[in-house]
Amino acid sequence: MMSWLPENVSTYGGQIDYLFYLIYYITAAALILVTVLMVAFLIMYRQREGRKAVYSHGNTALEVTWTVVPAVILIMLSFMSISTWGEIKIYAPPAEYEVRVVGKQFNWDVFHPGPDGKLDTEDDIKIENEVHVPVDKVVHVQLQASDVIHSFFVPSFRVKQDAVPGRDILVWFEVTKPGQYELPCAELCGFGHSGMLGWVFVHTPEDFEKFLKENQDQG
Amino acid sequence: MSEAAASAHADHGAHEPAGFWSHYVFSTDHKMIGRQFLFLGLFMLIIGGILAMLIRWQLAWPETEVPGLGWVPEPTMYEGIIPPSTYNMLFTMHATIMIFFVVMPIMVGGFGNFLIPIMIGAKDMAFPLLNMLSFWVGAVAGVLMIASFFVVGGAASGGWTSYTPLTGAAVYTGVNWGINLWVLSLFVLAFSSLMGSINYITTLINMRAPGMTYFRLPLSIWSLFITAILLLLALPVLTAALGMLFFDRVFATNFFLPAGGMPLLWQHLFWFFGHPEVYILVLPAMGVTSDVLSVFSRKPIFGYRAMAYSMIALAFLSWIVWGHHMFVSGMNPLLGTAFMLTTMVIAVPSAIKTFNWLGTLWGGSIRFTVPLLFAIGFVSNFVIGGLSGIFMASTPVDIFIHDTYFIVAHFHYVVAGIIFAMFAAIYFWFPKMFGRMTSHTWGVVHFIGTYVFFNLTFFPMHFLGVGGHMRRIYNPMQYEYLEQFGDMNVFITISAFCLGLSQIPFVVNFIWSLFAGEKAPENPWEANTLEWSAPSPPPHGNFATQPQVYRGPYEYSVPGVEEDWLPQDRPLGAAAATGH
Ligand code: HEM
Ligand SMILES: [Cu+2]
Ligand SMILES: [Cu+2]
Repeated sequence: MMSWLPENVSTYGGQIDYLFYLIYYITAAALILVTVLMVAFLIMYRQREGRKAVYSHGNTALEVTWTVVPAVILIMLSFMSISTWGEIKIYAPPAEYEVRVVGKQFNWDVFHPGPDGKLDTEDDIKIENEVHVPVDKVVHVQLQASDVIHSFFVPSFRVKQDAVPGRDILVWFEVTKPGQYELPCAELCGFGHSGMLGWVFVHTPEDFEKFLKENQDQG
Repeated sequence: MSEAAASAHADHGAHEPAGFWSHYVFSTDHKMIGRQFLFLGLFMLIIGGILAMLIRWQLAWPETEVPGLGWVPEPTMYEGIIPPSTYNMLFTMHATIMIFFVVMPIMVGGFGNFLIPIMIGAKDMAFPLLNMLSFWVGAVAGVLMIASFFVVGGAASGGWTSYTPLTGAAVYTGVNWGINLWVLSLFVLAFSSLMGSINYITTLINMRAPGMTYFRLPLSIWSLFITAILLLLALPVLTAALGMLFFDRVFATNFFLPAGGMPLLWQHLFWFFGHPEVYILVLPAMGVTSDVLSVFSRKPIFGYRAMAYSMIALAFLSWIVWGHHMFVSGMNPLLGTAFMLTTMVIAVPSAIKTFNWLGTLWGGSIRFTVPLLFAIGFVSNFVIGGLSGIFMASTPVDIFIHDTYFIVAHFHYVVAGIIFAMFAAIYFWFPKMFGRMTSHTWGVVHFIGTYVFFNLTFFPMHFLGVGGHMRRIYNPMQYEYLEQFGDMNVFITISAFCLGLSQIPFVVNFIWSLFAGEKAPENPWEANTLEWSAPSPPPHGNFATQPQVYRGPYEYSVPGVEEDWLPQDRPLGAAAATGH
């Protein structure tokens, strides 16, 4: 099943994949256990001449076991998830590059800081559906929406965050591999939701210089 | 119904004229109302199923002509091709119908009504007239919902979750009266459920037969009791939120819009209702499954009290997990951690139930009847749906799989899996409801087809989700990274069509048995609960004499008793039992 996961190219994506694998193995084991027992019981205890069912109302020791064991595993999974969640959604590292992405029916408006490195200045570069970021740098996205809720989803970065009108939500990522990654909208936003699609261009330092230069005169 | 019903009714019915209208239409008999809910739900199941097939057609062969639908006028379809706006209506209405007009009417309205009085040894519900009103108010809601397909602009298209601002003003979807009617229909339906739940609770508290203590109630009744309490508490939240949404749409009050209100408020209100709603749907299925497994294993249910307490635990916990639907919504991420913990905890009672079902099978003398097969099918699906839920409960993993097909797979294993418990209940109580047996062979055929194609349809959806395939998208081929899934989508669609076709044996079996099935004896399954002491079908008033309850519902294979069952109302020491 895991071979379907898109290639991960972000710094924290590996941790998400790790948790995914962990839960996958635990749940697969549980599924196999339950299925095997069920099939075995169905075969072993099918109705046969001369055999009466066992008269039993339960077994406290067993019941305590199968309450405590799942509980321990689940609580353990929660605690293992907490730090990754905190790293991704709560404690963002300081920005090395910052862009603003505004979702609207049915496009992403992307504002890049111009050569001055600051947003909301004269030289901002606005491009529809294209996010240009440098590789190996902590990127902060100021995520906004101008009409309805959209969702910023980059499968290869393992990042998803809803863009909510009236809010300015911080999303961050650091990409380790230059390339071009799809940025679909993941929250139903109207009849054009399907196909609301942007691209994230992750540039090497040289390429990134080039991108800034090419767009210098855009204002 | 059958002559048996009619004649028994005549014997008993001095107090009620046996006219067609009062018997079949405006009936106050809980059993007739239960049947009415059942038929309403089955009818809506056909509509909801057809909508699902249309969704699947589009996903497998995007933007091609649906065979036979060339006549549908624009802008609903363009020469048989489904446009994106219509696609959004399809999945919105599919889900709304399946949840509110199939599972709720059948499991809660249908079996709740039919079973509660008769399984606790009562003559009828506490408020028969209110009961009738509950059905007819529900029917009005159904008419409003169906009518919404035919208004200008089409039906609701904002998803069954109806997130604002998308649904907060008509401009965003282009659907005006469709969503207004959707809101009104659910608003009206909430009153139907409220009337039903008050009736169930009152009946259960006050009208249990002598000797029927709470811990002698069958688990299906326990589950319906808890469901009724959840309904009573959860639906007003939805009703209030729907009222505000309606005001936003019609009077621009902006409760849920950024100009003056908060988009996320809707999500909080909706899911505060929505998660208990999930348990409203699944608890009766669990109850029915417990009863059926015990009867056909010829064994007491394993851990009766643990089963009851775990349902109570689910009901309590269901109020504090709603935020797991909102991990990436922009809700405070610290809350995400809290909701992850509660969500992990709520998985424990579900695990308890699963293991207790296994324990019930262990050491049994299992009779492979059709209801047993479907109950096993429910357990098997519930295990998969429960385990896949753990992925979503882990907040970091949910970042990736939220709003993908992984979720679609997950909730179909749980909520669409309820259909298995529904079939188990229908096959199990059909003899009591209609006085006739259904065909075993065709029931088995129905089960095999449904089980196999259900899994072939929904299991591969996990793979799509892992690949990042979003839900609610009209055309996956618009995304480069999803092109590889074209074949899998075709496979799923073909399986879904086969799943649909597998329901034909059921329809034929159901209708044929209704009129020509073998006459059912009083207790065809040799079961213990009180309904099996009444005639099949039971007359108005259910029992000739007030039953007296001596024991719990699951005394199967009791040592020292000759038969392997011991009805709740049979005094030991009487001729039938050997006694000690
Ligand atoms: C006949 C078998 C069924 C099939 C083939 C089927 C298929 C589907 C499909 C393809 C979707 C759309 C997924 C998407 O693109 O987002 C969907 C959505 C949904 N279905 Fe089903 N379904 C079936 C039965 C059911 C049942 C019985 C229930 C509930 C009791 C149910 C509840 C839902 C819900 C809640 C949604 C979500 C809709 C939304 O996103 O607003 N389905 N189903
Ligand atoms: Cu969208
Ligand atoms: Cu929930």
